[in-house]
Amino acid sequence: MWLAALWLRAVCLECSKNKIIVQDIFIPIIYLFSAVLFILGLRQLSHPRTAPKGNNTAAIGMLLAVIATLLNNQILDFQTIFIGIVIGSAIGAVLAKRVEMTSMPQLVALFNGFGGSASLLVAAAEFYKGEPLLVFTLATITLSVLIGAVTFSGSLVAFAKLQGLLRGTPIKFSGQHSINGILAGVVVLLAVYAVLDPAQASNAVLAIIVISLLLGILFVIPIGGADMPVVIAMLNSFSGLAACATGFVIQNDALIISGSLVGASGIILTDIMCKGMNRTIWNVLFAGVGSAAEASPLEVDPMKTVKSYEPEDTVVIFENAKQIVIVPGYGLAVAQAQHMVHELQELLEGKGVIVKYAIHPVAGRMPGHMNVLLAEANVPYDSLYDLDQINPEFEETDVTLVIGANDVVNPAARHDVNSPIFGMPILDVDKSQTVFVLKRSMNPGFAGIENELFYKDNTIMIFGDAKDTVSKLVSELK
Amino acid sequence: MNVQLLVEIYVFVLAVFVGFEVISKIPPTLHTPLMSGSNAISGITIIGALLAAGSLPGTLSATLGLIAIILAMINVVGGFMVTGRMLRMFKK
Repeated sequence: MWLAALWLRAVCLECSKNKIIVQDIFIPIIYLFSAVLFILGLRQLSHPRTAPKGNNTAAIGMLLAVIATLLNNQILDFQTIFIGIVIGSAIGAVLAKRVEMTSMPQLVALFNGFGGSASLLVAAAEFYKGEPLLVFTLATITLSVLIGAVTFSGSLVAFAKLQGLLRGTPIKFSGQHSINGILAGVVVLLAVYAVLDPAQASNAVLAIIVISLLLGILFVIPIGGADMPVVIAMLNSFSGLAACATGFVIQNDALIISGSLVGASGIILTDIMCKGMNRTIWNVLFAGVGSAAEASPLEVDPMKTVKSYEPEDTVVIFENAKQIVIVPGYGLAVAQAQHMVHELQELLEGKGVIVKYAIHPVAGRMPGHMNVLLAEANVPYDSLYDLDQINPEFEETDVTLVIGANDVVNPAARHDVNSPIFGMPILDVDKSQTVFVLKRSMNPGFAGIENELFYKDNTIMIFGDAKDTVSKLVSELK
Repeated sequence: MNVQLLVEIYVFVLAVFVGFEVISKIPPTLHTPLMSGSNAISGITIIGALLAAGSLPGTLSATLGLIAIILAMINVVGGFMVTGRMLRMFKK
């Protein structure tokens, strides 16, 4: 590290004698080096053991990119830059230190928004420099402000929904899709207009920004709380694509490469989330699943009854089990029960019971949310299993404990062609000997779908707050 | 179409493929840190923000650049820090 720094210093000194080498060769090469570090960093993220190193690698890449930029001889005003860096870093550091792991989805939504708006502003700054622009540059500027603005306002709405500032249920009105379509059309026309008549481009760009901001809001408000993982993944992708578009505006390869990496990442995650729900991206974005109007009154068969136990009555079953699988859902995060659950795991393991966790791809409010919450509670990552790994094991499982999950364990998805979730990959918890479902009440899940798991002979409901119930179990087992 | 633009498009397309290759190997357990980390990487737009804020002092562009620096730095510093915080919690 030190050697590298010394070498860098020597090279810098050498180069300061020759400005052209610094500006046209040295800086772009550092940018390339940064991009390589980003790729290596992401590669190290493929295993929890190497992942912290990967994060550092990427951070060093970013630091190098900033230093290289400051060597650019176009930069005259270092004071403004210094102020900006200090303010931004301070805010970022405070947010990163303070955030609770349950609120991670909100924070990521907010950061997506900041990234998008930064790209929007950079493109706008390039435009307002007042220098004559190439047609292509003008076209990329319109694209960049469009993506940046949609990312910004869309992310803020997602943030407000996740934070509970806005209702999580879809906000729908008639003609919504046509309005969005018209607005998108207007943006395209304005972009064409700006490119054809650069003299009038100023107003057109301003109009594009305003309409795009509106479009971002309208685009996210009809999407329900439980579909948020898809939206966040998509906005993540957008924030990358915005940076990428800005890279074309200022003709910088570092932005293009890094932006595409992030764009690709977001697209992959969006795809995984959609597959986890057996829905297409169009269905998630435009169907508004989970709205009050749609949740028709449930046809509950009066003959169907549920068995409900008190936590105290279940202890024997836990103690005699060989293998227990815990299925955490968003309800676990809401109840902040992760630490208690880990205590339960340790107690049971002390009694010789094998404890595993089954994580559904769309559990929680963002991809991998449950894994982070459980990691926070010191649950080792090798006791977490994903859908494909755990499903064959349920038949040999004595007890499955469902905590705050609903639709992802509904067997109707396997056989009931009339169920709205038919075809969605689910955790086959009903195949285990006994299923305990921890739930506040019999209220159905977000989509208003009756869960037939609750009525099965081998299912026992334990009503109450998840954290209370688990802590009762823990004290009984002690 | 000038040569530089063509090269940029090459870079873009190849980078997308590299992105798909690298990211698809990341396990679901690390998807949240992946999102916050890639978010920090999208803060690379800081390069453009620095150039905009520093090169034309006193203009509208410089003001927009300053705001962009603040937003991008929140993204960069906050993103890498929170990712590091999360990743340190993952234990075997």
